[in-house]
Amino acid sequence: MSDSQTIFKWKHPLEESLVSRLKESFLEAILGTDLSSDMLVITVSKEHILAILNYLYQEPTLHFQFLTTLCGIDEDQKNPPLFAIVYHLHSLENNLRIRIKAYTEDREAPTFPSIVSLFSAADWMEREAYDFFGFNFVGHPNLKRILNMDDMTYFPMRKKYPLEDQTRTDKSDEMFGR
Amino acid sequence: MITENQESQYVTVNLGPTHPATHGVLQNVIRLDGERIVDAVPTIGYIHRAFEKLAEHRPYYQIPPITDRMNYCSAPINNIGWHITVEKLLGIKVPKRVDYMRVIIMELARIADHIICNSILGVDSGAFSGFLYMFQKREDIYEIYEEVCGSRLTTNLGRIGGFERDFTTVALQKIQKFLKEFPETLKEFEGLFNRNPIFMDRTVGAGAISDSRALNYGFTGPNLRATGVDYDVRVMNPYSSYEDFEFDIPVGKNGDSYDRFMVRNAEMWQSLRIIEQAFNNLPAGDYHADVPEFYLPPKEEVYNYMEALIYHFKIVMGEVDIPVGEVYQAVEGGNGELGFYLISDGGRTPCRLHFRRPCFIFYQAFPEMVKGSLLSDAVVTMSSLNVIAGELDA
Repeated sequence: MSDSQTIFKWKHPLEESLVSRLKESFLEAILGTDLSSDMLVITVSKEHILAILNYLYQEPTLHFQFLTTLCGIDEDQKNPPLFAIVYHLHSLENNLRIRIKAYTEDREAPTFPSIVSLFSAADWMEREAYDFFGFNFVGHPNLKRILNMDDMTYFPMRKKYPLEDQTRTDKSDEMFGR
Repeated sequence: MITENQESQYVTVNLGPTHPATHGVLQNVIRLDGERIVDAVPTIGYIHRAFEKLAEHRPYYQIPPITDRMNYCSAPINNIGWHITVEKLLGIKVPKRVDYMRVIIMELARIADHIICNSILGVDSGAFSGFLYMFQKREDIYEIYEEVCGSRLTTNLGRIGGFERDFTTVALQKIQKFLKEFPETLKEFEGLFNRNPIFMDRTVGAGAISDSRALNYGFTGPNLRATGVDYDVRVMNPYSSYEDFEFDIPVGKNGDSYDRFMVRNAEMWQSLRIIEQAFNNLPAGDYHADVPEFYLPPKEEVYNYMEALIYHFKIVMGEVDIPVGEVYQAVEGGNGELGFYLISDGGRTPCRLHFRRPCFIFYQAFPEMVKGSLLSDAVVTMSSLNVIAGELDA
């Protein structure tokens, strides 16, 4: 990740100072930065998500005060398999978008801190992530399923849950990747 | 604090999921103190169709029909947003003509979306005739879609790299006719509503939200602009050559239902301006990018040429190499920032696809917006927010 910086350029004049300031303030909580994507990607440790987002929110020249999306990712192909959470933040003043990622290795009961206290928009987004991935957001005021029915027993967006009923035989066309 | 004694005086009203004023399957359990709303609890998910899961099992060219069914009032914007996302991942540069054609279609879709929202807001507040005038024009837009792609509501319009076919002469004539006739209807509509005292009584101050709360709630699109924040993806992060066009971002002031109505009306005028500019300066050229690995060759060539047959086979069977990477692409949908967060692991289907659905994000502010207002205001507020159940539930 670190040597990618030599190949890829900063896309926005603020990005370089943003990363150095974050590293200064949070030291080892910043696990990596990636410039190869379409926007600056910062990987952080999940314990510090709220503090880092709060810093980005409050810092006068940054003002990342708009939460574009929040979603979970199941990275079961990785070794060890991981769950990731992704925040897209937008600083409307600087017109700068960044992507914050955090990982957890806990496959049974993944937990992340809730950011509802900072962004009201995160309320339903976190409920959605809970509903589909089973992320437990610590500090969420009303963490329950939002789109699926309440008595569902599994978290459907995890990769291990198949799209369709696997006992069906009428659709076993492997060629079409179903 | 509510004591048990006070609690018993409240009336609980169940609004929805099939209520004529909700326009879509969404439920609100509203607690009333007399006629004032104390508390509203929205329940959503009645038409959840697992699009994100479905998208992980569909090759890239089979995903546009999924996007159709999110905001079905402006399906072409969803389709084109998806195509732009994939093009960003693949690094495809489309010809200028494609950009302009897309802009025309997207702005028509925006007008259709705003027509629905504004005229139905009229219906909900007791003014039926505006709806009838405007829906005639919506029909004209749907006829243009029909001419461009063959379908009306769920359009599946365009392909990765461009369009499936060029605008026909009839399509161009229909767009021209629309450009000529729509201003009159819109003027008539505005004449019926803008300074109508009954309409203003119903909407001014109903469901107001401040700019800072709206931003915190992740509002985008007309609903955010009604609060006075001029955030528009078309201007902030131009895509599809929006930087070539001259247009204003209409903003409101109070963030209430009336301002939302006015912003949408003003946006229709701006969309007309954009369509006019794009239509008059439509560049000559090809209607799709030259990307044989991703754009299906014409049937004639498939039957007669080896290469075309190979490409056809490879695209349909998903043998095309997709680069590994992740992109986020936002377009200005009818309701706000419609985002596609796409992660590709090189497989034939996306590894993860997340839709940023503006409805889903701003609708959670609904309880806060209606607290303390009248029940009839809640209906107007919901209508003016333009909550589309398909987009809400994905």
